[in-house]
Amino acid sequence: MRVTKPPDASYTVEEPLAPKRTRIREFWVLFKQNRLAIFGLGIFILFFFTALAGLFLTSGKDPILDAALIRLEEKLRPPLSRPNLDALQPEALPAFGVYVLGTDDLGRDVFVRMLQGAWVSLTVGFVAVGISVMVGIFMGGIAGYFGQNYIRFNHILLALLLLTSVFLLAAGMRYAGLGVVLFAVLCVLLGLFVRKKGVKTPSVLTGILGKGVISVDSLTMRMVDIMLCFPSFFLILTVVALLPASIYNIMIVIGLTSWMGTTRFVRAEFLSLREQDFVTAAKALGVSDFRIIFRHMMPNAIAPVLVSATIGIATAILLESGLSFLGFGVPPPHATWGNILSDGKGFIFDAPWLTLVPGIAILIVVLCFNLFGEGLRDALNPKLKERH
Amino acid sequence: MLSFVGRSFIEKVITLFFVSIVSFLIIHMAPGEPSQVDPMNPKFTPEMVERFRHEFHLNKPLHLQYVLFYRDLFSGKTVSWKDNQSVLKKIWERFLNSLPLFIVGSILTWTLSFPIGIRSAIYRGGMYDRSATFLSYFLISIPGFFFAYLLIILIVTKLHVPVIGMETFGLGAAPWLHFLMDRVWHLLLPSVLAATAGIAVLSRYVRAQMLEVEGQDYIRTAKAKGLPQEQVHYKHALRNALLPFVTMFGLILPGLIGGSVIIESIFSWPGMGRMAYEAILARDYPVILTVNFISAVLVLAGTFISDILYLVVDPRIRL
Amino acid sequence: MDMKEKILSVLDLKVYFTGNELPPSRAVDGLDYHLGRGETVCVVGESGCGKTVSALAVLGLVPMPPGRIVGGKILFEGRDLLELDEPELQKIRGKRIAMVFQEPLTSLNPVFTIGEQIEEAIKVHMRLDPDEARLRCIQLLDDVGIPRAKDRLKDYPHQLSGGQRQRVMIAMALSCDPDVIIADEPTTALDVTIQAQILDLFKSLQESRSMSVLYITHDLGVVADIADRVYVMYAGVIAEQGKRADIFDNPSHPYTQGLLASLPSRSKRGKRLHSIPGTVPNPAYKPVGCPFHPRCRLVIDTCKTQFPEMCEWGSDHLSRCPVLYDMENKQGGS
Repeated sequence: MRVTKPPDASYTVEEPLAPKRTRIREFWVLFKQNRLAIFGLGIFILFFFTALAGLFLTSGKDPILDAALIRLEEKLRPPLSRPNLDALQPEALPAFGVYVLGTDDLGRDVFVRMLQGAWVSLTVGFVAVGISVMVGIFMGGIAGYFGQNYIRFNHILLALLLLTSVFLLAAGMRYAGLGVVLFAVLCVLLGLFVRKKGVKTPSVLTGILGKGVISVDSLTMRMVDIMLCFPSFFLILTVVALLPASIYNIMIVIGLTSWMGTTRFVRAEFLSLREQDFVTAAKALGVSDFRIIFRHMMPNAIAPVLVSATIGIATAILLESGLSFLGFGVPPPHATWGNILSDGKGFIFDAPWLTLVPGIAILIVVLCFNLFGEGLRDALNPKLKERH
Repeated sequence: MLSFVGRSFIEKVITLFFVSIVSFLIIHMAPGEPSQVDPMNPKFTPEMVERFRHEFHLNKPLHLQYVLFYRDLFSGKTVSWKDNQSVLKKIWERFLNSLPLFIVGSILTWTLSFPIGIRSAIYRGGMYDRSATFLSYFLISIPGFFFAYLLIILIVTKLHVPVIGMETFGLGAAPWLHFLMDRVWHLLLPSVLAATAGIAVLSRYVRAQMLEVEGQDYIRTAKAKGLPQEQVHYKHALRNALLPFVTMFGLILPGLIGGSVIIESIFSWPGMGRMAYEAILARDYPVILTVNFISAVLVLAGTFISDILYLVVDPRIRL
Repeated sequence: MDMKEKILSVLDLKVYFTGNELPPSRAVDGLDYHLGRGETVCVVGESGCGKTVSALAVLGLVPMPPGRIVGGKILFEGRDLLELDEPELQKIRGKRIAMVFQEPLTSLNPVFTIGEQIEEAIKVHMRLDPDEARLRCIQLLDDVGIPRAKDRLKDYPHQLSGGQRQRVMIAMALSCDPDVIIADEPTTALDVTIQAQILDLFKSLQESRSMSVLYITHDLGVVADIADRVYVMYAGVIAEQGKRADIFDNPSHPYTQGLLASLPSRSKRGKRLHSIPGTVPNPAYKPVGCPFHPRCRLVIDTCKTQFPEMCEWGSDHLSRCPVLYDMENKQGGS
């Protein structure tokens, strides 16, 4: 008789089933293994609290640390140098008794300016990405969920009517504009009335009006194509130059020129989710479209959006600093890392810290967002991870 | 196959039409009437505004404005406000200046990122892969202008080589070798800088694509046939991994403008990007709008080329 | 059993997969089987029981990491394949031992023509010049029943039907006259009619070329059709082994009995089909003792603590169930 040794019996598992792990726990286990991502997360938290501290310490009428305080007699002092106590008013003394990161050409404390700039960079990043993600999810969701619906001729007519009215109103022709709006509303009401009553209208008219021109999906995707045609940095530069200089304009412009990636992700995700059985089941139960989208599909589509949003924040911070560098960034009263760097470029040989400090700060923050985003991607998509 | 090309072409033409509308509408994007842009700007004298209104036919209805704008553009009648040169001619000159920068940069990007990415994928998880990964994140995250300044300081102080501009001034009588070296030095730094971010991003893509392909069943088949490792990686895997990059190859065209604004303005390189930047500074609208339109056309041309290239390399799309 | 007959034997093979903080997944956990020259041997088991992994291990194709060969030997003509280095393995892969995979759709490289893909192995292993290689390639395609073989050389995989792709895979495996062909569920992805054709192809090829075939499947119908000997695999180990007749006429393991009982047949018409309760254990959390005990109808306390040993039911008919063995022998003895 052939006898085989029993396999290694060093294990004692009472429960023959694998222990249950929640999705979040599963995610965390995967995420924890990526040391770079953990590092990124750590820096991000640190950065967040720094920015928050910066906001509280440097804003308000009588800030604890005044970023705009000019000490002309103390300009271009290197980092960690002691202030000249005789020359300064008591309230103009730097925070820790030394200029931690030196002073700039106007004698402003670079450390305090960096603190203030941290909050600006953070808000620019978050608001811009918030806008782009919202637009992206909206457009992608519509394209993915209602994609096969056709936009009919009457929709276009209606849109044209409304557009004309907007133009007329904008051009100052109040009455004509209101008239067109009224006409459009009348048309809609008439259409509803006709449909409800089931009145037979001449078939040629309904035939033309009801003819599908372009599907919602192709319309959205063509819009994405059109937006992608413009080199984003130059487009942003153009628009920012045209608009009045303001921090909000920059956020909005960055947001409105970077939603295309999210739209594509969400659309692709929705297209595959829509075919899955749980959506069919929800539809069969009579759940509304709105609820299906936001309750059933969105949570499943959110992973790639989250990843691209994290990396998008990094890109937005970089973009803002690039704009500031070229002189189109956030206007002067706000200190941002980009314009500290840009101000410092004239003193690159005399006062290298004016370039190095903001440069390295931007580098570290952007790097941590990128690493964190990559870590998220790997952890949220375990299938991908296995191949690595 | 012809129908595919035709369909793609028609699609591009339709997109181009809408792109032309958007680029035209950019000047209308400013609040109020376009002529009221930036009222604080001292350059905007009343006569300037009048000229603006005239050049863009702002007193005519919108659709006519559109037609006239492109008629002027294509007939070469649109002139720069700064020096009254024809916009198209001006752009063409600057384009020729940008070309060497663009070519060297692209060659660097495409020749370096592939070996790096492929090696990373084959030895994944190893020392090489991890350092390449970290380095590429580092390069993606570093602000381009900051990096440029660091390199300039390094090169100028250590090697004493002038790098700003296209060439050193007053070098006319120098021997040709000196002249050539001067040009090379001036070209090298900006192209390397323009290429670094590209290398970092592209090598990551190459790595991801390679890994994706290496996990496919046909790679296992190739191994099971007893093929040597190199043949498995560089023939079976690489050939498949390359497919998506063929489409990206068409997309480097638009990099001609968008990617070079910062680099060209730091190095005072008289190329397209710097011209665009100067135009924005001077609010030279004809130039700004034309550059936007042309770069969009370049993107469309790039995607069209990509479609055709894909057709050539992927046997599955032979229709 | 004579050692000379055995061309390939797998001894106490263990292949584990390490994942994220989980206990290692013991896909193959002390597996023994052997393949004689010119024999067709079937390895049967449910999906996830380690069949494919054991086959990949033979060719050194287990992805590592996450896979890891923990122990055992794979003897091919007396040499341990696990001790060979990569270049030596490459000389065996395709030339001596060839493999046919489950998914003909994804197992062929989409960007090369089938001619290129078949010739490749011939060029590497047989050092033929291009013309000879091409002729051989046409001959092979002819042998596996692809009509107008000459014209099809320049076809890409996507231009062929599923059955034809599998024929190409087989032609590729045959290209260097291997001694052993490992077929990993070659017909699972195909239609039933095509399945029968491919099986016939295997049978005729084996007769004309006197190869050994290791056929991995979960389909007992296929086993009944082609096997000389059968190994029934469960949770990474052999549950029962024997000649085809032993297994089908006298199944001696509760698992094999369950499998056979769940086959539809004419005599069971109108009756409810049997099914084995429960599911295959997760290879990372296998039950202690006999891996089959939670699903077994004959379970006794020993089963829950002690890993069962092989019991001999006849010449080369072994089963890993002492309970059934004792029951039968007592009945026989009394």
